[in-house]
Amino acid sequence: MEWSGVLSGAIEQGIGPSAIIYCLAAIGLNIHFGYTGLLNFGQAAFMMVGGYALGSLIQTWGWPLFPSLVVGLLMAVVLALVLGVPTLRLRADYLAIATIAAAEAIRQVLGSAALNDEFGGQDGRYGFVDGMRSLNFVPSGGVHFLGLDFRSYDFFIMIVGWTLALLLCGFVYLLMRSPWGRVLKSIREDEDAVRSLGKNVYSYKMQALVLGGVIGALAGIMSGLATSNVAPSDFATDTTFFTYTVLLIGGAARVFGPVAGALIFWFFISGLDLFFDKMTSGANPTIPASIMTDDQASLMRLIFLGLILMLIMIYRPQGIFGDRRELAIDAH
Amino acid sequence: MPTDTQPSSDTQSKKSDSILVADGVTRKFGGLTAVDVEHFEIQRGKITALIGPNGAGKTTFFNLLTGFDEPDSGEWTFNGQSLHGVPPYKVARKGMVRTFQLTKVLSRLKVIENMRLGATGQRGEKFFPSLFKGLWSGQEKENTDRAMDLLARFKLDAKADDFAGSLSGGQRKLLEMARALMVDPELIMLDEPMAGVNPALKQSLLGHVKSLRDEGRTVLFVEHDMDMVRDISDWVVVMAQGKIVAEGPPDTVMANQAVIDAYLGAHHDAALTHETEEEILAAAEAELEAEAEAEENS
Ligand SMILES: Nc1ncnc2c1ncn2[C@@H]1O[C@H](COP(=O)(O)OP(=O)(O)OP(=O)(O)O)[C@@H](O)[C@H]1O
Ligand SMILES: [Mg+2]
Repeated sequence: MEWSGVLSGAIEQGIGPSAIIYCLAAIGLNIHFGYTGLLNFGQAAFMMVGGYALGSLIQTWGWPLFPSLVVGLLMAVVLALVLGVPTLRLRADYLAIATIAAAEAIRQVLGSAALNDEFGGQDGRYGFVDGMRSLNFVPSGGVHFLGLDFRSYDFFIMIVGWTLALLLCGFVYLLMRSPWGRVLKSIREDEDAVRSLGKNVYSYKMQALVLGGVIGALAGIMSGLATSNVAPSDFATDTTFFTYTVLLIGGAARVFGPVAGALIFWFFISGLDLFFDKMTSGANPTIPASIMTDDQASLMRLIFLGLILMLIMIYRPQGIFGDRRELAIDAH
Repeated sequence: MPTDTQPSSDTQSKKSDSILVADGVTRKFGGLTAVDVEHFEIQRGKITALIGPNGAGKTTFFNLLTGFDEPDSGEWTFNGQSLHGVPPYKVARKGMVRTFQLTKVLSRLKVIENMRLGATGQRGEKFFPSLFKGLWSGQEKENTDRAMDLLARFKLDAKADDFAGSLSGGQRKLLEMARALMVDPELIMLDEPMAGVNPALKQSLLGHVKSLRDEGRTVLFVEHDMDMVRDISDWVVVMAQGKIVAEGPPDTVMANQAVIDAYLGAHHDAALTHETEEEILAAAEAELEAEAEAEENS
């Protein structure tokens, strides 16, 4: 691979399907965490119920695409209610514990051998995107421009995904400039103050949890559609933490934060991957195997990602779109 | 009881029109009885002061009345409706709004947004209507105008577009009071509204509090500043160790030798010092013991 391939590969990933999935998940999480201050550590669970509803309804039960999709979104509503009803009246940390535990429990159940016939165990569900492929209008040869190459279906997913992401950003913008959004932001700041002014804090938190959860499910659905597969390993705890990373890079409580965060995160993570892969591959690698083997190189991206995260937190803790003035206040 | 200027049987007849009546309200924290109020009333359209040394249970009593804390026993009504078990947001909607001793401003919201939040019945606070600005912008404009008037009253209008988190301690007190007024409450309960407010502004604030009464609102406030208490209150309730130990018009309560000696100290004008508070505590303690003994003997 040429050096230019590293750059174009990183860009392809930066705007590709993975970035879209994390962008959508982060838009949902932004409503939870960024605007309302809800500590949801189980965004992966919302993604999972969405993705699995789609995959299993189509593959196992032979449903068509659209009804499965709707059920996927409804499952997120149900999950939000199940998690929210017992915890949202309590202190913030209860939701955190409930979500992280529920996410892992759901993953274990859906991946269990006992439910192999319904959900496919560790392999999950696959090959359920015929309905989506039939909607593809992108030329079958794929799309090539500026040295970037995308396969036809991937590019179709990108068009659908980024359109969806932008529509959701518009939706979040409309909500957050309104008095409804003001109540959410106020709850993030001090929920007792909001109560003392006659607002039903519990109801607003529930609305936020449901809304952000449904958008999370949409991310899971896109993940299933993009890769033609849903498996337990796609929805592990690190999925939630990558989503937080995306959100914090872009800037929490900013409409376009998740978009910027997803682009930057995936550009760097795949760029680093390709870079170290190139440095350590071939007959005569630039970095000799005595220093680093190509197996070790694949871990370098996580090390550098950690470093980049630290640098952002130190020099731009408010994220790309954040307002430094606001952050200064946080310190009290 | 020696410090009782008004035996409770005739306080009832004196207070003909009560907006809030509480009976037998108690709250224990482990072994400590923070609140043990046999009977408490607030007269409509009047300014009532609730005073007492640190740790007397004033804030806890506020929390109980407004639903932020649950009592171990007791009943209380607002405008004749029982408030036992009513959640805080419903208490506020009924027209009883409180502020906090430790201010709770919404730091990363602008001052004006803090104010707008207080307005009631906002159409834009419902999920679907919130998406369409046309449905709520008119109301938002009215609320903003009202908010700016209130901010001007509290000398905060220049700060309207600053983040509330950038305000000083005294300014936060003012913002919280102004924000509570956005709810348009019938009864406003202020927990130490003057703490940290500079003397010049304090004077004009006293005027504002009185004007609240003139607007027909009822005010209950907790305050350690005896000048303020004497100046504006119509009725003073003295709390010590969770119990109401005296009540009456300010002149009577403050002229009561026992209250003066025990609580106000030798210098009427001086704000409470630590020592005088210790004294009242000791006095109240002695009194409670005497009472307990009397009960045992009977
Ligand atoms: N959450 C709590 N847990 C345990 N004890 C508490 C709690 N809240 C209050 N107390 C205790 O109850 C008593 C009454 O406290 P409260 O805050 O009501 O006093 P206060 O009259 O408002 O005093 P101050 O004038 O200093 O504000 C104190 O002894 C306090 O330590
Ligand atoms: Mg107090």
